[in-house]
Amino acid sequence: MDYFVELFFSGLTRGSIYALIALGYTMVYGIIGLINFAHGEIYMIGAFTSFVVASVLSIMGLPLLAIIVLAGLAAAIWASAYGYTIEKIAYKPLRNAPRLSPLISAIGMSIFLQNYVLLAQTSNFLPFPELIPDFEFLEPIAHIIGTTDIVILLTTAVSMIALLILIKFTRMGKAMRATAQDKTMARLVGINVDRVISNTFIVGSALAAIGGMLIASHVGQINFYIGFIAGIKAFTAAVLGGIGSIPGAVLGGFILGLTESFATGYVSSDYEDVFAFSLLVLILLFKPAGLLGKSSIEKV
Amino acid sequence: MKAPIMKTLLAATVSMTLAMSAQAADTIKLGVAGAHSGDLASYGLPTVNAVKLVTDEVNAKGGIDGKQIELLIEDDVCKPEVATNTATKLVSEGADVVIGHICSGATKAALPIYTSADILVVSPSATSPELTQSGDYPNFARTIAADDVQAKTIVDFALDELGVSKIAIIHDKGDYGKGLAEFAQAYLQSKGIEEVLFEGVTPGAVDYSAIVRKIDRSDAEAVIYGGYHPEASKIVKQMRKKRMDTAFLSDDGVKDDTFIKVAGKDAEGVYATGPRDNTTNPVTIAAREAHKAAYGDDPGAFYDNAYAAALAVVAALENAGSTDLDALKKAMQENTVDTPVGTISFAENGDAVGVGFTMYQVKDGAYVQAK
Amino acid sequence: MNFAEIRRALGVALWFVFLTFPLMVIRVDSIESTIEWRWMNMLWVAVGSFALSLLTSWYFRRREAAVGKVSDKPPLAVRLRTWTADPARRLPLFGALAAFAIVFPFLFSSYQTNIMTTALMYVVLGLGLNIVVGLAGLLDLGYVAFYAVGAYSYALLNTHFGLGFWTVLPIGAALAALFGILLGFPVLRLRGDYLAIVTLAFGEIIRLVLENWNDFSQGPSGISNIERPALFGIELTLNQSITYLYFLMLLMVIITIFVVNRLQDSRIGRAWLALREDDIACQAMGIDKTKTKLTAFALGATWAGMVGVIFAAKTTFINPASFTFLESAIILAIVVLGGMGSILGVIIGAFILILLPEYLRALADYRMLAFGAILVTMMIFRPQGIIANVRRTYQFTRKDA
Repeated sequence: MDYFVELFFSGLTRGSIYALIALGYTMVYGIIGLINFAHGEIYMIGAFTSFVVASVLSIMGLPLLAIIVLAGLAAAIWASAYGYTIEKIAYKPLRNAPRLSPLISAIGMSIFLQNYVLLAQTSNFLPFPELIPDFEFLEPIAHIIGTTDIVILLTTAVSMIALLILIKFTRMGKAMRATAQDKTMARLVGINVDRVISNTFIVGSALAAIGGMLIASHVGQINFYIGFIAGIKAFTAAVLGGIGSIPGAVLGGFILGLTESFATGYVSSDYEDVFAFSLLVLILLFKPAGLLGKSSIEKV
Repeated sequence: MKAPIMKTLLAATVSMTLAMSAQAADTIKLGVAGAHSGDLASYGLPTVNAVKLVTDEVNAKGGIDGKQIELLIEDDVCKPEVATNTATKLVSEGADVVIGHICSGATKAALPIYTSADILVVSPSATSPELTQSGDYPNFARTIAADDVQAKTIVDFALDELGVSKIAIIHDKGDYGKGLAEFAQAYLQSKGIEEVLFEGVTPGAVDYSAIVRKIDRSDAEAVIYGGYHPEASKIVKQMRKKRMDTAFLSDDGVKDDTFIKVAGKDAEGVYATGPRDNTTNPVTIAAREAHKAAYGDDPGAFYDNAYAAALAVVAALENAGSTDLDALKKAMQENTVDTPVGTISFAENGDAVGVGFTMYQVKDGAYVQAK
Repeated sequence: MNFAEIRRALGVALWFVFLTFPLMVIRVDSIESTIEWRWMNMLWVAVGSFALSLLTSWYFRRREAAVGKVSDKPPLAVRLRTWTADPARRLPLFGALAAFAIVFPFLFSSYQTNIMTTALMYVVLGLGLNIVVGLAGLLDLGYVAFYAVGAYSYALLNTHFGLGFWTVLPIGAALAALFGILLGFPVLRLRGDYLAIVTLAFGEIIRLVLENWNDFSQGPSGISNIERPALFGIELTLNQSITYLYFLMLLMVIITIFVVNRLQDSRIGRAWLALREDDIACQAMGIDKTKTKLTAFALGATWAGMVGVIFAAKTTFINPASFTFLESAIILAIVVLGGMGSILGVIIGAFILILLPEYLRALADYRMLAFGAILVTMMIFRPQGIIANVRRTYQFTRKDA
């Protein structure tokens, strides 16, 4: 039973990271119907920015709490800035282009950003400072769930609630939902669609950056390539839950994380990804629009 | 209309080729091939630095027999299909000797091309035993020990020195890591011991807590890990986070100072195999200081091996007095060179002789030879 | 050049200075606790983005000014088609192209021939994927799986049973087609991007199985010493064999172009187009959707299987690392960049995307950075692809009696 609980928490931790990144995919998809392949790179840039800022601040000798807050803020701000800029450069000019063109632009952007960080910083793996100390009172259960796991779960929960409030109760959220439903109609009722799209990129990027910082301090290392696999997995999670649906992305992230964890624990980690992808195929067979996605009925 | 264009084109190409071969006489062309971009760039770039440092020094002293060494640096991204392009490019450009490639897979794909052009290839990091043991590649040499030697060292150390019998073998599914893990498994089984766990982890996955929990449950007393340091440090960190004190033994890919930097205090007590103790070796110290002076940071993976390969190639060129493959091979087999990995010469099959392999352990933030 | 543009460029420069500040300017060594401030980089970013911004606004101003004038000209593809339709131009053009292709390996070094062969391989891969994506409109992100099937069929059949290249070529093609159908069945119900992710998953599953199932595929250490194709039983030297493979690929490209061209105009080709435009309407017209989709997958996969066999024969060593998602993405980029559905476009796309990274080697470390940037730039300036596919239109001109 202990083993099961351990695997469960391990899956939850992984799942929350997937969920945080998947939200960015799903929000962007919901609004402009684009698979933003550069989103994994945003996660990496967020993690890298927090690394740079946290290291500089700790050299300057600031207290730990201040470092965490400032590094987190910096990661979110810069990742959002990158997300915003990427949208303006690589996707906005392609808004009326054939469906696949922005996809290729996104792949190009992803290659560009990886190599940009490789050249601007280093190809080496860098040690990420330990931002989250081990709490004394958690020591008795440290073998089941570590402090970082708890922090990751809590931060994810808080971010999700904040996102939910943003989407449900603010003007910006309303505008986002309206744009997702019908872009033309939204424009007709006076919504600045361009700004809504920018906002979506900003919010999605900030969430990914938080995920990046959390996971980097959890595993203690960082490199320019970490965004690629995380990005693909998060994309899988988003589709699993029904792309375009925000609760779907969260659900998809957790299901994917748990599947991988249990597959490793009870079968073999050799095939953990095979399990994850097979599950995806299986679910889409029965629910072709993902778990919480709306299957739209098309008329001619 | 068409014919004159063709003629001019042809003439241009011919004169270009002539110009190139005329130039070739003045310099010795040393190819450097490996992953210089993509996910494995951090294993390929240190080799470029090492070779640059060695050749700069040689050139500053007037070159070899008055000839300067010219570097041809080519990226193969560690992919077999790109490696064949890289190899044909180096051959077309008239490379005399090649240092590379970095990954075993890329090396295997590229070697037949060099073999047919009789070009000596010295790899700092391709560890697949097949490369030297199959006899297919007479022009190949390396300054790193083969997987099977490493695996044997690790397993012997675990059984005899640590006295453990429950061993989990983990690898990174890559050609280097999985190859090593399989040799370790086979060697362990030949001693009548069955491993308690044999699994691969996905490199680059966001975390490894599930596999760490599985290791914990298997009651392993020691983990043998085949692969590179990024995954190793993730696994070790998560093992220590779970308060597991299982011994962790690994290979050359982990015996890298980056591992200690990244894993921090959790690196303490980790074992890894590497070339014989070289902390007192003046060549090693000089090589590392040269890197620090030139690039401002510590060298990365396989730097020592690459530096050794470059020194060995330079020595062979000096001793042989030509770039002929047989002469070079003979020179490498007959003479010894002082390198960062020890005083080495090369065996008939291309493996370096004298690269002593021993076990290291991290103590107080540095690798020291394990007793 | 006016004041507003300069002010805008200044704004852009400031923004990029801010954007690149943490990564370009600061470099920390957290072990030694040292911070390196690279202020020069900030200057470069500022100057570079200022210049680029001026350049783009100049470009867009010019393009806007030109809008009214160019619009009455037909698109590039149509102009090309009408231009080449004239037999007086057509023959010398094709003749010159063919002559150049034939003398190519004798003019240039074996390296040039080798990368040209690679480019030709991607031409065929692009044309194969074009059937699935460009014609039938099914987004396939796991195309590389079929390429892997072909490569591994030759590698395994050759090492275990000693089967030759020519025997395996059709076998590899057939196996790939079979896998195409295998993938096709479960995804029949899926649409658009859901289809994309399932094909991506399929590609990854194939690669992971090859990586993990040692007894079958020798795992990540791969299969080496695969035979190069022999010419009527004659052993070739390396250089001869590079030339031979080049001509083989050239022949293959010609066959592929011919077949794909005929397919486009066939009954099934028209069915694909109908499926791409609207699958409900297509069904309503009485087209068997299942059959149409499956043939698209199978025929697309066939080419990948054949190129896979040639790939294994060319590199003589294969391992799963060659068949990653990025490879699928590059092939897809060839199709989209070239212009979906256009054969000429795909050919140009393949040459650009495969030869570019090779010629960019001169840029050393900046190679892949430039590649990514060029991909984005090309998409921005030609979103519909280099040769946009234009629907054929038939015009009846009334003759005045």
